Amino acid sequence: MIDTVERARDTPDHPQPYSELGLKSEEYHRIRDILGRRPTSSELAMYSVMWSEHCSYKSSKVHLRQFGDLPRSEVLLVGIGENAGVVDIGDGYAVTFKIESHNHPSYVEPYQGAATGVGGIVRDILTMGARPIAVMDPLRFGPADAPDTQRVLPGVVAGIGGYGNCLGLPNIGGEVVFDDSYLGNPLVNALCVGVMRHEDIRLAKASGPGNQVILFGARTGGDGIGGVSVLASETFAADGPAKRPSVQVGDPFTEKVLIECCLEIFAADLVVGIQDLGGAGLSCATTELSSAGSGGMHVVLDRVPLRDETLAPEEILMSESQERMCAVVTPSDVDRFMQICARWEVTATVIGEVNESGRLTIDWHGERIVDVPPRTVAHGGPVYERPLARPLDLDDLTAGDPGRLPRPSTSEDLQVLLLRMAASPNLCDKTWVTEQYDRYVQGNTVLAQPEDAGVLRIDEQTGLGVAVATDGNGRFTRLEPYAGAQLALAEAYRNVATTGARPLAVTNCLNFGSPEDPAVMWQFAEAVRGLADGCRVLGLPVTGGNVSFYNQTGDTAINPTPIIGVLGVMTDVARRTPMAFGTAPDEVLLVLGETRDEFGGSEWAWSEHHHLGGRPPAVDLGRERALAEILVTAAEQGLLSAAHDLSDGGLAQALVECCLRGDVGAEVRLTGDPFVNLFSESAGRVLVALPAQRRARFTELCEAHAVPVAELGTVRPEHATLTVAGQFGVPLGELRAAFTGTLPALFGSPGR
Amino acid sequence: MPRVVVDVMLKPEILDPQGSAILGALPRLGFDGVNSVRQGKHFELEVSEPVDEARLRVLADTLLANSVIEEFTLRVLP
Repeated sequence: MIDTVERARDTPDHPQPYSELGLKSEEYHRIRDILGRRPTSSELAMYSVMWSEHCSYKSSKVHLRQFGDLPRSEVLLVGIGENAGVVDIGDGYAVTFKIESHNHPSYVEPYQGAATGVGGIVRDILTMGARPIAVMDPLRFGPADAPDTQRVLPGVVAGIGGYGNCLGLPNIGGEVVFDDSYLGNPLVNALCVGVMRHEDIRLAKASGPGNQVILFGARTGGDGIGGVSVLASETFAADGPAKRPSVQVGDPFTEKVLIECCLEIFAADLVVGIQDLGGAGLSCATTELSSAGSGGMHVVLDRVPLRDETLAPEEILMSESQERMCAVVTPSDVDRFMQICARWEVTATVIGEVNESGRLTIDWHGERIVDVPPRTVAHGGPVYERPLARPLDLDDLTAGDPGRLPRPSTSEDLQVLLLRMAASPNLCDKTWVTEQYDRYVQGNTVLAQPEDAGVLRIDEQTGLGVAVATDGNGRFTRLEPYAGAQLALAEAYRNVATTGARPLAVTNCLNFGSPEDPAVMWQFAEAVRGLADGCRVLGLPVTGGNVSFYNQTGDTAINPTPIIGVLGVMTDVARRTPMAFGTAPDEVLLVLGETRDEFGGSEWAWSEHHHLGGRPPAVDLGRERALAEILVTAAEQGLLSAAHDLSDGGLAQALVECCLRGDVGAEVRLTGDPFVNLFSESAGRVLVALPAQRRARFTELCEAHAVPVAELGTVRPEHATLTVAGQFGVPLGELRAAFTGTLPALFGSPGR
Repeated sequence: MPRVVVDVMLKPEILDPQGSAILGALPRLGFDGVNSVRQGKHFELEVSEPVDEARLRVLADTLLANSVIEEFTLRVLP
């Protein structure tokens, strides 16, 4: 029996399963107050999914407001609140980028979970009117040798590669990090970048009474029903995924056709507003579109093309079937819209009409099953000021200073340590992962992993391009969330500048445990405050982002992991700075910034001693700004032949990577404690290589910006050895064997 | 030697992109009247006696089918 609005009025005491749908009793009563009656089952489905943590940001909203309060940026064309922020990069071009999480689905079904994560973020970017041009994937897994990592990692990597490669999108970067805290809750974040002309920006709104609402793309099936509320807002029980929810299977070829179809529709200027169907499916699209536009919409749900004719209306409203879009089109353009869809063999159906009633009404078999004010569903959800409490174990953690850990005392020890660190899962070569991704398809990839940032050419004539980097350090954030978020921001910012691009804008994906745990909520509040303050100092807008809560197994939350993405612009990609040594004659090596004895949360403390304690490295964002200014100017003036940021694993790791990348040796001379020099993770440092004749000009530039610069050594193309004078020399062959052997030994040959 | 046949299909609510592609190709090749195509995997195992069907089900569930998105039927042929 269909639960109609009329029936809901007549049966006010009919019991409803609101708590099974994830709604609290006070939330359910709020819905009753809004409607002045009990909701129908379809309305209850819509409210429950839209008021879930994932869709409503009910716990994070009060904190995220700080991003909106940042000073207005001239480059920001579209800000927070739309599907993705849009940034002006000059010459009439606009770029949009965003990261989202697909953590829980990827744990349940690694291949499809990761694949549909890529599909979802690509549609978000497409919705803005942009052509998607690249993806990146920051990933976190449990220990590399854990059995569950052996199950999850290969599936996730194959899923990302499978979907992204089929779309013809280069995967230009990201991270792969292993840590015990992600065992049982891996993080699979997906970033997409898109480009458009300024005039092509599209927004998600349904305005103009009489305009038609068109659902197009794949048919609606029973997949991922309630996925948003069940998958994203409930924690896995400690005994694993016993009740496995229905996950979605994506079809990248359908998505590719949908992309091209949408771009042709945009070019013909046939849409008033557009929205993709992601989490919460039609519930989300219809309520968000109508509350952003004229305020009302009427939908005939029977018209939705179905893959499974037995679906109930509640299920159709909640289905998360992939590869679907919803557009608002003026009546006179509907025919041309339909013709384009037909040409691409994309199913398109008029399912409703915009009006000024202020209500979203939905009919099913001629009966009214939904009659709600759409704003109350899309934006009127509860907002919580959750209690915050500094984690009880934090004092003990910060007191556990890594200064007490045994350090290598002889040069032999140092050499062995360098090799062991280079081979450790977090520092080793990630080719096993990235070679499964197409990094150069479409021919505009200028730099990709393992470079500091992914760099893409936007305009073939002028060489205008963008650089994107993501970073996040869960250990630093665990020790000090405020500083941890700023360190992630600083590193992504530095990575972008290291390639020679000027940082322009920030996006983020905030991965945390349960917001109902005051300790987690405190970490979240501190991280957001740190990020907002950091963006203020760096003069960067936050263009949008995503919050992923409930990342925990039982009561144990993951290390708080804010992933920060920074986008920069490069006036001519021919002027980029790569990381490989040996591309210019007579190269000298310099280190910019200061190296201190900072090992709190370091890779050394973790991989050598399984120790997490002390304080993370000090952050100096003013210094980061000066450093970026130097790197961008030096790139524009063609002063540098190579640059690489110093972060995880410190100087030792940067030297290993730059030598191996260029397949040349180097000789360095250290002043002071060689261990601290090689392995400290002090922030605000960059290793650069440049021809000796340009040294004077470059050091002058550093002095002008008050950034200390130290002589380190020289590149030695004729010696295939990394030599630390007075300490040791390691043949490159030995280094390469250590660096590249780890992942193949753990995961075998790539493939599903 | 007994033969065990395992047929693996995507669960009915799960999208089957390959099945959809086959369905899309049929009219282009002049085959009308087909309204839906679902495709799957067919396994034939030769096993030693005695046949432990419960154990074989665990085998199929562990390796042959991905129980998150697929279901299987198992038959033992004499």
